[in-house]
Amino acid sequence: MGKTLFDKVWDSHVVSTIENGPQILYIDKHLIHEVTSPQAFNELEERGIPIFRPNQIVATADHNTPTLHQDKPIKDALSRNQLEQLSENCKKNNITLYELGHKYNGIVHVMAPELGVTQPGLTMVCGDSHTSTHGAFGAIAFGIGTSQVAQVFASQCLLLTKPKSLRVTVNGQLKNGVLPKDVILYIISKLGTNSGTGYFCEYAGNVFEEMSMEGRMTVCNMSIEMGARGGMIAPDETTFNYVKGRKFAPQGEDFEKKVAYWKTLPTDDDATFDKEYSFDAADIEPMITYGTNPGMGIKISENIPTDENPSFKKSLSYMNFEAGESLINKPINFVFIGSCTNSRIEDFRVAADYIKGKKKAANVTAWLVPGSKQVETQIIDEGLKTIFDDAGFELRQPGCSACLAMNDDKIPQGEYCVSTSNRNFEGRQGQGSRTILASPLVAAATAVEGKIIDISKQLN
Amino acid sequence: MEKFTTLQSRAIPLHIENVDTDQIIPARFLKATDRKGFGDNLFRDWRYHKDGSVNTDFALNDSKYSGKILVAGDNFGCGSSREHAAWSLTDYGFKVVVSSFFADIFKGNALNNGLLPIQVSEEFLSDLLDLLVSKPETEIVVNLESQTISVKGSDLQEDFEIDAYKKTCMINGYDDIDYLVNNKEQIEAFEAQKIY
Repeated sequence: MGKTLFDKVWDSHVVSTIENGPQILYIDKHLIHEVTSPQAFNELEERGIPIFRPNQIVATADHNTPTLHQDKPIKDALSRNQLEQLSENCKKNNITLYELGHKYNGIVHVMAPELGVTQPGLTMVCGDSHTSTHGAFGAIAFGIGTSQVAQVFASQCLLLTKPKSLRVTVNGQLKNGVLPKDVILYIISKLGTNSGTGYFCEYAGNVFEEMSMEGRMTVCNMSIEMGARGGMIAPDETTFNYVKGRKFAPQGEDFEKKVAYWKTLPTDDDATFDKEYSFDAADIEPMITYGTNPGMGIKISENIPTDENPSFKKSLSYMNFEAGESLINKPINFVFIGSCTNSRIEDFRVAADYIKGKKKAANVTAWLVPGSKQVETQIIDEGLKTIFDDAGFELRQPGCSACLAMNDDKIPQGEYCVSTSNRNFEGRQGQGSRTILASPLVAAATAVEGKIIDISKQLN
Repeated sequence: MEKFTTLQSRAIPLHIENVDTDQIIPARFLKATDRKGFGDNLFRDWRYHKDGSVNTDFALNDSKYSGKILVAGDNFGCGSSREHAAWSLTDYGFKVVVSSFFADIFKGNALNNGLLPIQVSEEFLSDLLDLLVSKPETEIVVNLESQTISVKGSDLQEDFEIDAYKKTCMINGYDDIDYLVNNKEQIEAFEAQKIY
C-alpha cells in the first residue's frame, strides 16, 4: 500500500518504538520564543542536563514585544525580564537568537520560513500551537508544551504516538475576492473545532496547488483551529522556488539533491487516509466569524445560524449578536491586520491594493503589524507604507501584537475587532474584546467603510 | 512529577463546551518565567469581573462546590499550546479533569504534569454534571491502575483509556526526559544514518 506525505516524513524520523507505547521521533528544527521556553531552560539547568543540539534551535522574540519604539527599553518589567531571560539562555547555550530589533526578528512562524529554516521533509516543533504553519512546505510541524520543549532540548526527540491521517481536498475555481484565509475559515466552519483532534491533516486539490507559499502558510496555520496538530501540503515547484537561495536553505548541488528527495515526498496515488473530506471551491465565499471559536464562521452574506446549545448561546451573548441576524452594516471601530496567520507581504499587498486611493473611516483604529522585520522592510520598499499612511492606517513594528494581546496592543472592553488573526476566543484580544476573524481583504474593506460590508457585491 | 494512583474527591462542575486555554489562563498572565503561582489566575476572567470583584455565578466561586476534580464540557483545552493551562489547574489544586473530549496538546501537557485527563462518554459526562448540580457533596473515585472512574453511592461507573506508557509514568512519577536521556546512544546512532 502506498504512503502518505505524512507517513513518509514521520517514518523517516522514527528512532525507535516502545513496545505497546509511543515512538521516539527525531526533531530536525526546534524554534523557541520568550514565553514558552524559560521554564524548560530552568528545568534542564536544575537537573544538570545540557542542551543536546543547540545548533538545531533558532530563537526569536515575538509574543511579548512592543510594536512601537522597539529601539527603547521595554517599559513593562515582566515583559522585559522574559526577553532578558531569553537572551541570557540563548547566549549561555550557544543558540542563535534574532532578538528585538535584529533584521531577522519576527513572529516565529513568519521569520523561520523567510530564512529558509523551514524546508520540506523536516520535523519541526515550537512551543506554540501555530507551528502547524510550516506544514505548508511539506514538513511535519506542530506545537508542543513546555515539558516537551525541555525534552527536545535534552534529546532532540519527543515521545509520541503517531496521529491518524486526514485529507481535505478542495478542487475547482475560487471566486473573485476569496483568499486562502476564507478557504480555511470555510473548512473549519464545515468541520468544527475538534474534527481534526488526533489527526494530521493534508490539504490537497488544485486550490492548494495553485496557492502561493504565503497562502499555503495561512491555511496550514489554522489547522490547529480544527483540532489537528498539524497540516501539510505536498511540496512542489512553488515550494522549491520559495526555499531556493534563502539564508539557511541548502545551496548549489546540495539544493538539487534535496529537491530530488523532496520530489519523492508527495502522497502516493494508492495511499489511504483514516478520514477524508472534499469541498467545491465554487461554494466558498468571503468568510467571517460571529462567535467565540473559529468554527463559528459564516459566509459574509449569510445570517448567524440558530442553535439551542447553551454554549452556543453563551457565545452569542458574549459577542452581543442575535441568532438569525446578518453582520452586514455592523459598525466596527477596530481593525487588525497581522498575526502568524496573515502578516506576510502578500497580505499587505492585498490590503494596499484595496486601500489605494481610499481613506479609513473616521471611527476606525486600523493597526497593521508586519510579521517580521523583513516584511516591514518590504512594505516600505514597495511603497505600500505610503498608501497606508495616506489612508490613515497605522503601520507598527513586527510581533504577535493584538492577536493575543500580551503586549499593550489590546482591543478595549466591548469593542469589536475585525481581525486577520486566528482565534476569536473570549478576551483573546484584550479583556472583554470581541473578535471577528476575516481575510486581509475583508479587514481592509471594514476599515475603509467603518462597518462590515459584503465585499463580494462590491467586487463583482 | 508527582505520582498518581487513586483519588477520592468531590468535584466542581463546569458546564461549558470548548473551554479554550485562553480562558483557563489568559495570555496576559504568561509573563512569569517559573511554573508556580498560576492558580491565582486560573479562569481569571470567568472568576472575576473586570473591576476585580468576584463573579459569584461561576462554579469555582460557588461555596457548594469543592474538590480536586474538574468536570467540564466537550473539547476541553482547545487552542494555544501553553502548558501554563495545565500548571494553573494543578497549582489551583486539581488532580483530575473529566470531559467527553480533550484537545491533543492540552492532554499531553496535563499528562506531563501529573494532571490526569479522563475522557468519558457524553452520557456519563451529562449524568455526572447533573448529579453534581443536584448533589454537590457527591464523591468521585478515580483508580488509575484499574482505569475506572466511579461515583460513590451510585452505580455510575466507567472505564477510561490511557496510553500504557503514560500510565506507567503517572503511577511512578516518571517523565519523558528520563526516558529520552537514557536513550541518547540510540539517538546519536540515528543521527549518523539519517536517510533524508
